[in-house]
Amino acid sequence: MTDPMTGPVAGRAAQPVAEAGAWWAVPAAPALLLGLAVLTVAAGAVLDARDAGRAVTPRTALRPLLDVAHALVRQPRRLPASDRLLWRLGVVTVPVSAVLAVLVVPFGGHAVADPSVGLVWFNAMEVLTWAGLWLAGWGPNAALSLVGGYRFLAQGLAYELPLMFALISAATGAGSLRTGAIVAAQQDLWFAVWMPVAFAVHLLGVLAFSFTGPFAYPTGRDLAGGVLGEVGGADRLLLRAGRRLWLAAGAAMAVPLFLGGGAGPGLPAWAWSLVKTLLVLAVLVAAERRLPVLRADRWVEFAWVVLLPLSVVQALVPALVVL
Amino acid sequence: MTEVLLAVSGVAALTGGVLVFTLDSMARVTFALLGSLVCVGGVVALLGLPYLGVVIVLMMVMEMLIMAVFMVAYMMNPAGLMPMSMLHNKRGAAAVSGGVFLALVAGIALAPWPDRAGAPPRDSTVQVGAELMRGQMLTMVTLGFVLLATMVSATVLATRRGRYDRFGDDLDRPAHDPVSGGVGR
Amino acid sequence: MTFPLLLVLAAGLFSTGLYGALSQQSIVMIMMGIELMIGGVVVAAACFWRFLAPAAGAGQVVIVTAVVAMAVEMALGFAVTTALFRARRVDTTDDAGELRG
Repeated sequence: MTDPMTGPVAGRAAQPVAEAGAWWAVPAAPALLLGLAVLTVAAGAVLDARDAGRAVTPRTALRPLLDVAHALVRQPRRLPASDRLLWRLGVVTVPVSAVLAVLVVPFGGHAVADPSVGLVWFNAMEVLTWAGLWLAGWGPNAALSLVGGYRFLAQGLAYELPLMFALISAATGAGSLRTGAIVAAQQDLWFAVWMPVAFAVHLLGVLAFSFTGPFAYPTGRDLAGGVLGEVGGADRLLLRAGRRLWLAAGAAMAVPLFLGGGAGPGLPAWAWSLVKTLLVLAVLVAAERRLPVLRADRWVEFAWVVLLPLSVVQALVPALVVL
Repeated sequence: MTEVLLAVSGVAALTGGVLVFTLDSMARVTFALLGSLVCVGGVVALLGLPYLGVVIVLMMVMEMLIMAVFMVAYMMNPAGLMPMSMLHNKRGAAAVSGGVFLALVAGIALAPWPDRAGAPPRDSTVQVGAELMRGQMLTMVTLGFVLLATMVSATVLATRRGRYDRFGDDLDRPAHDPVSGGVGR
Repeated sequence: MTFPLLLVLAAGLFSTGLYGALSQQSIVMIMMGIELMIGGVVVAAACFWRFLAPAAGAGQVVIVTAVVAMAVEMALGFAVTTALFRARRVDTTDDAGELRG
């Protein structure tokens, strides 16, 4: 069979690649993601204790995990005229979309699936959190909660376009939307080196879609917790877990996109992936604790006036170099 | 397997579409439409167009969330706590749409469909990209200009304060914006 | 057998959307109807590409165009609704019979 479309782009991307990964990757990927998320929670607790001048013991790190059992047995909050169906749907969507997004993230050369549109899949799952958080804000029939949902949408409209251009930069550099191909294209030089703006925008985007640190505006204290204000028990646990799962998923995605995946000397690929993911996660955890919360109007103008042009120029660089 | 998934998402898409016009709560209506269009994206992906399918899902989630914002802003009863009818000309609309459906089904049944011409490409994403950048370049450029014109005209229509409201008729006085914005203008 | 059934699905989505667009009063709901109609067009186009002419990329371009049409319809629809609401405090088509500002 002759392919009617031959050419540099068509030839490179059309190589037949196995799309499904090993069977053990299916349980391993969510478990690993959960482990990383738990690690960020423990690290946050330890840093809190250190900042407060308390003694740091293993118990300090484990204490937030003991709260999990407590949250599970607590009765969920009931509110008059709440939309229970949409509320539950939103609360469940946030962690589930994080797990679905991580299916296409290669870890040391293994991924649950490496479809030809892996990058777009990750992006689509990330946008699902918009729906999840807005619904979590709408469901309880409470004003402050809904304002929290709106705040996330305002942030989303600001971070989404620069983030998309950052992802497109990596895809253009590799000439493929397949995450495996993006890793393979970085054998000589990491994308983070010659696409620093895209890398930085991706990290900002990770903080934004996990609504933490400078982007904790939807759960702001001035809103009495915002989208987290009315949820209790298992619902609250799911939303907060979703937040940490997204932080871990974003960090795990930064490694194949910009830091060369599992490439590195000496150690096996999975070890390098783990080391790099942990480093990115450490940077994110440090950043989320240091940076002040941004008001949405300030962030929107900054994102559209400064970040968006920068990321468009950044996307032009690989376009000129590669194509 | 593909047939089963196609059937499931097809039925779900149609159910969501019907729910859009039967539910009371506008939030549920919006998300019924979102579910329906996500299933449309699923059908497109299952038919061998994964890129377009996933992009449809991505775009529809964002669009419906924007839709939800305007729905809350403009509709009188967004939560549907007091069910009310916001319909007009129900019988005429049912007749017209029923007639259109019957005509379309008759066309589907009676049209002499040609046989499949050509084989599917190895990577349909490459096909659409190459098509847009080669044969259909003019379409792509036109779509780009249409989107640009949409952005400009939608902003002009929706904005309350244009540049002459902000800076005066001669554009020489400072703008006293109610919200300052993030880059200090 | 899949081909005609999928076309019936497309026709069903289109007709449901048409019913909504014709019978609803609120502009937001009318736009939802139009979205559903374009969704039907997308299904039909994907179906034609798959079962009639998979070698022609133009079939995919039709879907791209339909999705762009959805976005344009949404953006301009809400801009017009916003302008209308600002000028007249109405959000239904019955109250917006004339376009005098």
